Amino acid sequence: MAKEKYIIELRNLTKSFDGVKVVDSINLKIKENEFVTLLGPSGCGKTTTLRMIGGFEEPDEGEILFEGKLLNPVPPYKRNINTVFQRYALFPHMNVFENVAFGLRIKKLPKDEIEERVEKMLRMMDLEKFGKRHVDSLSGGQQQRVAIARALVNEPKVLLLDEPLGALDLKLRKEMQIELLDMQRSVGITFIYVTHDQEEALTMSDTVVVMNEGHIQQVGTPEDIYNEPTNRFVADFIGESNIIEATMLEDRKVMFDGRVFDCVDTGFGTNVPVDVVIRPEDLQIVTDPEKGMIRGTVTSVVFKGVHYEMLIENEYREYMVHSTLMFPEETQVGMNVQPFDIHVMKKEGYG
Amino acid sequence: MKKLAVRIYMGLIFLFLYAPIIVLIVFSFNKTKSRGQWAGFTLDWYAQLFKDRLITEALYYTVTIAILATVISTIVGTIAAIGIHYMRGFGKNLLLNINNIPVLNPDIVTGVALMTLFISAGMRLGFMTMLIAHVLFCIPYVILAVLPKLRQLNRHIAEAAMDLGATPSYALRKIILPEIRPGIISGALMAFTMSIDDFVISFFTAGNEVSNLSIVVYSMARRGVKPTINALSTLMFLAVVILLLIINKKSGEGEELLL
Ligand SMILES: Nc1ncnc2c1ncn2[C@@H]1O[C@H](COP(=O)(O)OP(=O)(O)O)[C@@H](O)[C@H]1O
Ligand SMILES: [Mg+2]
Repeated sequence: MAKEKYIIELRNLTKSFDGVKVVDSINLKIKENEFVTLLGPSGCGKTTTLRMIGGFEEPDEGEILFEGKLLNPVPPYKRNINTVFQRYALFPHMNVFENVAFGLRIKKLPKDEIEERVEKMLRMMDLEKFGKRHVDSLSGGQQQRVAIARALVNEPKVLLLDEPLGALDLKLRKEMQIELLDMQRSVGITFIYVTHDQEEALTMSDTVVVMNEGHIQQVGTPEDIYNEPTNRFVADFIGESNIIEATMLEDRKVMFDGRVFDCVDTGFGTNVPVDVVIRPEDLQIVTDPEKGMIRGTVTSVVFKGVHYEMLIENEYREYMVHSTLMFPEETQVGMNVQPFDIHVMKKEGYG
Repeated sequence: MKKLAVRIYMGLIFLFLYAPIIVLIVFSFNKTKSRGQWAGFTLDWYAQLFKDRLITEALYYTVTIAILATVISTIVGTIAAIGIHYMRGFGKNLLLNINNIPVLNPDIVTGVALMTLFISAGMRLGFMTMLIAHVLFCIPYVILAVLPKLRQLNRHIAEAAMDLGATPSYALRKIILPEIRPGIISGALMAFTMSIDDFVISFFTAGNEVSNLSIVVYSMARRGVKPTINALSTLMFLAVVILLLIINKKSGEGEELLL
């Protein structure tokens, strides 16, 4: 078996504040040049995890390895890691150029090299006209780019980004997502990115780490996370879903809404309570209710641009369905679902 | 009509507040020694001031002590403020309250307490004890001036500096200090003003050999008011007013009022 090279490894990382475990025994391996995103609701411990990697919080327990070496005792200023802080944390009394040059000046590089690298970085960030400007006079998007430039100019091996796009409006955020991704690809730096925006996580990452209440819920590619959530929390958090309490009768047979459905999942045992996820776009509506596996009445229709979002109610529950076809309210319809679109999850607490 | 009443009322208050000082200033230019009478303009009293050994010596002590006390208390107070700022929980509140006590304590209590302390420690009252006393009562003012600046500081900028390779002391010098400089400067000006302004604490801690200006004024006045006292008081008043104006301008720039 080829030994993979991990640049960062977290082992049983634990941190409590005031007796509450904010990060609870986290294990994670991050490969070189990977774009890893920590995704979870506000307060789930993402920032704390990132701050431990940066060296600004000391773990209560557990180890952080950097290229296989223990990082815990290394102070932040000796780590080959740079951070883009949640609120940028630019130096207000310095202009843009000096902010970006700060790290290089500490390394005591020759003046002309500093100038060259800073200028190049500013050009890359579309900030070349702003070098002499005070950081307070910049817009949110520009400050954000200064913060990224200030970190990237040091050519760290790992860049930590804590909700760097959180303060930007939607359009700018989309643009910056693309820019960041391009940059990560071109400079070849490992990104550990924190966000609570599932769409951002799915668009940008190689690997998504879903967290809740200090625990890792699931680690996987965006496709894995979206298509194969391991539990109700992940399914719920990663986008709109129908989550259904069901019974796994035997391998490949699951029962809900008073009938048996074929599925592709095995290994749950027999007659076990499970949760089933069906994505809204995986339910196909048929006009003849008799031809559907599930029957119901349309109770609401909202146009969402590309598709219609409809709520369809039967005696058991309400389904959310996305379809390019519109069925008016009060219509009786049937719904079909393919066996591989029924995703069965173990029933458990979120933990 | 109402406006006029307000104006008159304000005018009377200011007259009441400043009448003694105005009288003092006017009489410092009075030709005759008698107090009740105006006998023409003169600058003689000011000239005499600078010929009086006692007074020039007191001026020297006042200024030297003010400068030394300002420098020392500013350095100590700033470091203390940074320490308090980064503390957490109970100890922080305790220290903040302890810091307020000397500010609110009657000067006479502070003065007597310090004198007792110095004497019981076997120290000879003089320049050194007065300097220590001035440093001590100036420090809380510096802390009170610096703390708000620290609170305004983005908590993460020191971390950002260390993230970029700065050692904690480099981050302190290059990032924290420049950010809180307005607070340090107004703290220093406050300390300087407090020091040249002080009479009570100096009186108890200076001993017999050393006097500052306010002690000299006091002892001259006990022997009968000479117009030179008026001149000296006028100069001291002007110095303090100028300092206060500078402080208010400085802290106005920092968007908070200290006085
Ligand atoms: N320095 C701190 N002191 C006390 N509690 C903290 C501190 N930092 C974070 N917390 C708490 O830890 C929890 C997780 O915080 P955080 O890691 O910032 O979450 P996230 O970034 O996922 O929103 C929150 O409940 C927060 O209040
Ligand atoms: Mg956070």
